[in-house]
Amino acid sequence: MWFDSPDYKVKVGLAEMLKGGVIMDVTTPDQARIAEDAGAVAVMALERIPADIRAHGGVARMSDPKVIRAIQEAVSIPVMAKCRIGHFAEAQVLEALGVDFIDESEVLTPADEEHHIDKWKFKVPFVCGCRDLGEALRRIAEGAAMIRTKGEAGTGNIVEAVRHMRAVQREIRRITTLGDEELVAEAKRLGAPVELVRYVRDHGRLPVPNFAAGGVATPADASLMMQLGAESVFVGSGIFKSENPAARARAIVLATTHYMDFDLIARVSEGLGEAMRGLDLREIPEEQRMAGRGW
Amino acid sequence: MRIGILALQGDFERHEAALRRLDVDTVLVRKPAQLQDCDGLILPGGESTTFVHLMRETELWEPLKSFCDRRPVFGTCAGLIVLATEVVNQRVDTLGAIDITVRRNAYGRQRESFVADVELTVGQDRRPFEGVFIRAPRILRVGSSTTVLGTRGEEPVLVSNGQILAATFHPELTDDLRIHSLFVDMVRGWLAGRDRAALGKE
Repeated sequence: MWFDSPDYKVKVGLAEMLKGGVIMDVTTPDQARIAEDAGAVAVMALERIPADIRAHGGVARMSDPKVIRAIQEAVSIPVMAKCRIGHFAEAQVLEALGVDFIDESEVLTPADEEHHIDKWKFKVPFVCGCRDLGEALRRIAEGAAMIRTKGEAGTGNIVEAVRHMRAVQREIRRITTLGDEELVAEAKRLGAPVELVRYVRDHGRLPVPNFAAGGVATPADASLMMQLGAESVFVGSGIFKSENPAARARAIVLATTHYMDFDLIARVSEGLGEAMRGLDLREIPEEQRMAGRGW
Repeated sequence: MRIGILALQGDFERHEAALRRLDVDTVLVRKPAQLQDCDGLILPGGESTTFVHLMRETELWEPLKSFCDRRPVFGTCAGLIVLATEVVNQRVDTLGAIDITVRRNAYGRQRESFVADVELTVGQDRRPFEGVFIRAPRILRVGSSTTVLGTRGEEPVLVSNGQILAATFHPELTDDLRIHSLFVDMVRGWLAGRDRAALGKE
């Protein structure tokens, strides 16, 4: 199977190295340094964080390469960047820039409503969002080396990330009970390749790391997602839309490592100041939700 | 025998799986007190800046330093960086447990990551080892107390000073258990030495 190919091993290997860590959205070299000093395992270089993309409206595209380069020069940890769903030319540009991971992201306006990028063609690894197991396995079939929940980015509201993580974990648990004769029907139902369904049945997990994203704003949010089965946490708008980004970044890093140490989480959560205000999902009209982008 | 795996961040579960396949008891170490139960320790792959930050934040730094003075420790990639005496391009401190100078991310960014054969100069089975190098460091200088146990071409990639074992690549990402076995033997040897010393005192 393709999991054993050297190229894929190197891609999934980097995702393994990011486990138990926090990946932070940043828009400037200064923010990137704050993230690195707070213990982030990687940064996502963006022109605008998701909350501002949401507020700004219009077509959201790949960031200005100048922004990405400046952030690459500022830090030693891996630098990720986002391209639009299906926009393989943006991905080719990001690969040329030497970004360490590409997020084919629903936070940007999709470029192709039918096809995601053929990620096997790239040397750089990809992370993709999902809402359920079928979506996760389709992205892995396309070559994604890491999966994350979609959540609802830029809301500071964890409810959608919880829904997506629970959906994935529930379906994984169910599949582990299936017999051989049930796998093809299950693959049909999920819309995913039968080899991947078999892998999940045999191993009780995805073949790539499974991270949480979309709405994480507090140390307790990070602990919640880790306890629900996330292996790392992306924090988008939650840090640099809050009152005290450095303190909040440090606290979320500690809460992710020590996600079962509630005394410590209580201690690091003290006096962090205002979290980002956040949005109730009912305030967001259906057509403005990001999680529904891609399939 | 019980071997701890530092579980602050990184691919510690892969090391845990490798040790389990060798029937070794493991403990995931996140707190200083947990080190007392360990006869040896693994520092996994991950991000070295994050490791050092979390070691400082949770008061693991000094306990880890003294652990490295007393017992066998194995570091891979970021683990090797943290164990080195000198890192030429890093702002953070290291434990200085093995005399080597290293350069972080020495091959470049992720697109320069690769898989290559490592020649082992240790053990019975000398077949090439599948070396998975991910944003890997490079060993620029090997101190007089340090022995090279594996090379990629001319380059040292697996080194030891008898007590510390360190690799610039990731044996935990392959199914080959030879390097983990080597470390388990180091821990076994250390335990036997301690028992002999205890008998001598009686």
